[in-house]
Amino acid sequence: MKLLDTLIEYFSYDFVIYAFVVGVLVSLCSALFGVVLVLKRFSFIGDGLSHVAFGAMAIAAVIGLTNNMLVVLPITVISAILLLRAGQSTRIKGDAAIAMISVGSLAVGYLLMSVFSTSANVSGDVCSTLFGSFSILTLSKTDLWVCLVMSVVVLALFVLFYNRIFSVTFDEGFSRAAGLNATVYNLLVAVVIAVIIVLAMSLVGSLLISALVIFPALSSMRVCKSFKGVVICSAIISVVCACVGIISSILLSTPVGPTVVCADIIAFGVCFVLGSIGKLSK
Amino acid sequence: MSQIICRDLSLGYNGEAVCKNVNFEIEAGDYLCIVGENGSGKSTLMKALLGLHSPLGGEIIKGDGTSTGSIGYLPQQSELQRDFPATVGEVTLSGCIGSLGKKFFYSKADRLRAHDAMKQLGICDLADRPYSSLSGGQQQRTLLARALCATKKIILLDEPVSGLDPAATADMYETIYLLNKKSHTTVIMVTHDISASIRYANKILHMGGSPHFFRSVEEYRASSLFPAEGGEA
Ligand SMILES: Nc1ncnc2c1ncn2[C@@H]1O[C@H](COP(=O)(O)OP(=O)(O)O)[C@@H](O)[C@H]1O
Ligand SMILES: [Mg+2]
Repeated sequence: MKLLDTLIEYFSYDFVIYAFVVGVLVSLCSALFGVVLVLKRFSFIGDGLSHVAFGAMAIAAVIGLTNNMLVVLPITVISAILLLRAGQSTRIKGDAAIAMISVGSLAVGYLLMSVFSTSANVSGDVCSTLFGSFSILTLSKTDLWVCLVMSVVVLALFVLFYNRIFSVTFDEGFSRAAGLNATVYNLLVAVVIAVIIVLAMSLVGSLLISALVIFPALSSMRVCKSFKGVVICSAIISVVCACVGIISSILLSTPVGPTVVCADIIAFGVCFVLGSIGKLSK
Repeated sequence: MSQIICRDLSLGYNGEAVCKNVNFEIEAGDYLCIVGENGSGKSTLMKALLGLHSPLGGEIIKGDGTSTGSIGYLPQQSELQRDFPATVGEVTLSGCIGSLGKKFFYSKADRLRAHDAMKQLGICDLADRPYSSLSGGQQQRTLLARALCATKKIILLDEPVSGLDPAATADMYETIYLLNKKSHTTVIMVTHDISASIRYANKILHMGGSPHFFRSVEEYRASSLFPAEGGEA
């Protein structure tokens, strides 16, 4: 009962409810596009971008903007487009270029933060940018609104373009032959992922975002065999894990990001076992 | 009436030609087999016909019902697809993607078309099965059904039997033949199997020589390109 009382007390604060809403929305968006990312073999973009977002965050911190989004979002979106082109290029070493961009952003980001930061606790700042804030996040009302609007746009894009996204993901050649501009849809996926990563950064920190994008997709692929099933299952797993993770982090006083990711890992384990049992019983 | 005419077509990448002086003409109801060694540009020619690849020179003249987006296409299968989580029904329905136009979702007519295509290829009972759990032959049938959703007028098949066992291969050839004979679908097929080409096709394009050989099957049989006892190219 004491736990329940603690929870009720926490949820009487606005900022806790904001964090919860943002967590659910972000995990929903990342789960849907995560499926596409994994199936298109674009996971590298998610990983590369999370490093870029850290660099961008550092720049924003150094400039001293009140609203980080203004810097972080454009930089991440542009990097997403660059990464996509690097990854598809057969001529230069695409994967090496991606590694270069990721690790470069990390180094520059940390350097900027340690040289220019006026904060007394630089390593604390760096740590929370990388792994998410230590305790429950404090989001402003503006943050909440930005996140709400972006999430709704992302969800609408996914639902409206569901059939086209499926077709391009399954077979780009066929889709192009049918008159679909696959380049535009690849671009759409890359840009949306960038937006999701920026949104998710405040929740789990930049380094852990890939987990939010990739784990639910891989988990649902263990148990579902239709595309629609995988998408729906991935969304459910991700939202449940986010809720469980956020609530556990409140009750156990653990950092939010890693707790959510741990919930995702456990879910993957469960799905792995279920999938194996399903295969054996056939 | 000619559906597709290629005149002095040169194809290649980054300015370097893979094949030159390709000339041929396809009429409605034709069954054209494209044979030739690996790397002779067969897949590239297919992509050019689909409008996915712009020629270095020459021209492709398209008649009615063959504009970009209204050709059924069965691509050379990639490894990535084999374990993709999707059902046969989902894959087949995605063949209607070209007719979506400005709409976001498939109509009842689209779903009916997908159902008919599956029925025609005898895979209706597989509709809810995962694509990844199918045999190679069933997978190719699914992709053929998807191509039929796009059009019934002309289909392009890039090595539709590669990786299939002999029984599934014969089955696939028979299905394609029936499609050509009964529904009068024009078939353009890339294959390595010369004996099957002569059995089913009425025209043959042999890539790799210069000039490329394009004749009717009877003339091909009599030519020096035809291996003495048929068999593999
Ligand atoms: N995207 C590409 N970029 C550059 N060269 C390519 C590309 N695709 C194919 N090629 C080259 O074009 C030639 C013909 O390829 P392709 O049309 O696939 O041959 P085939 O299908 O007859 O085996 C090959 O030498 C191949 O290396
Ligand atoms: Mg080929």
